[in-house]
Amino acid sequence: MSERQTIDARGSFCPGPLMELIARIKQAEVGDELEVLSTDEGSANDIPEWVKKVGHEMVESFQNGDVWHVVVRKSK
Amino acid sequence: MERICILVTSSAREKLQMAGMLASVGAVSGSDVLVFLSMNALAPFLKDGADAITDEGPFGQLLLDKKAPPFLQLFEQAVELGDAKVHPCSMAMDVMGVGRDDLLPFLGAPLGLTKFLSEAQGAQTWSF
Repeated sequence: MSERQTIDARGSFCPGPLMELIARIKQAEVGDELEVLSTDEGSANDIPEWVKKVGHEMVESFQNGDVWHVVVRKSK
Repeated sequence: MERICILVTSSAREKLQMAGMLASVGAVSGSDVLVFLSMNALAPFLKDGADAITDEGPFGQLLLDKKAPPFLQLFEQAVELGDAKVHPCSMAMDVMGVGRDDLLPFLGAPLGLTKFLSEAQGAQTWSF
């Protein structure tokens, strides 16, 4: 059954949040969603770019206060 | 597959950081990444190489103060998560008198400049 995991990368700088996502996405099952919490605006922009390039799926991306939430679904 | 070759010769934290960022993000984005460490860039990759790292300017200290991902971690992630290859320069190893056992374990076999040039032909090539 698909699940959503949270990756708390707040306080980490580029490319820390992206690398944390990649480490976790390798262990996840296809269909799982991973929500990255980041205070690094660059990573909030870069993660969707990476997702598009490697063929996963962006679910949503939004800002709540100083924290960006980027939700990705593992597609392959 | 797109290939990225990265030549690193500096021990400056800022340059090592940028090279590590390029290697890790490039590798996990599907590029075939090859890193060649030579000259002053080899010492920071020794097992006891922390003292060899220099700061080029104030940004290097900021990287430490702000706890940015350490460059060694970025290179290691490039290898582990993206299958990048990080090679020490065989000439630099000879000059420094170090063997493979002195180097961090994620480094590949020593590489010569001729082989690096062959690999870099037609690839994006960056130097730091």
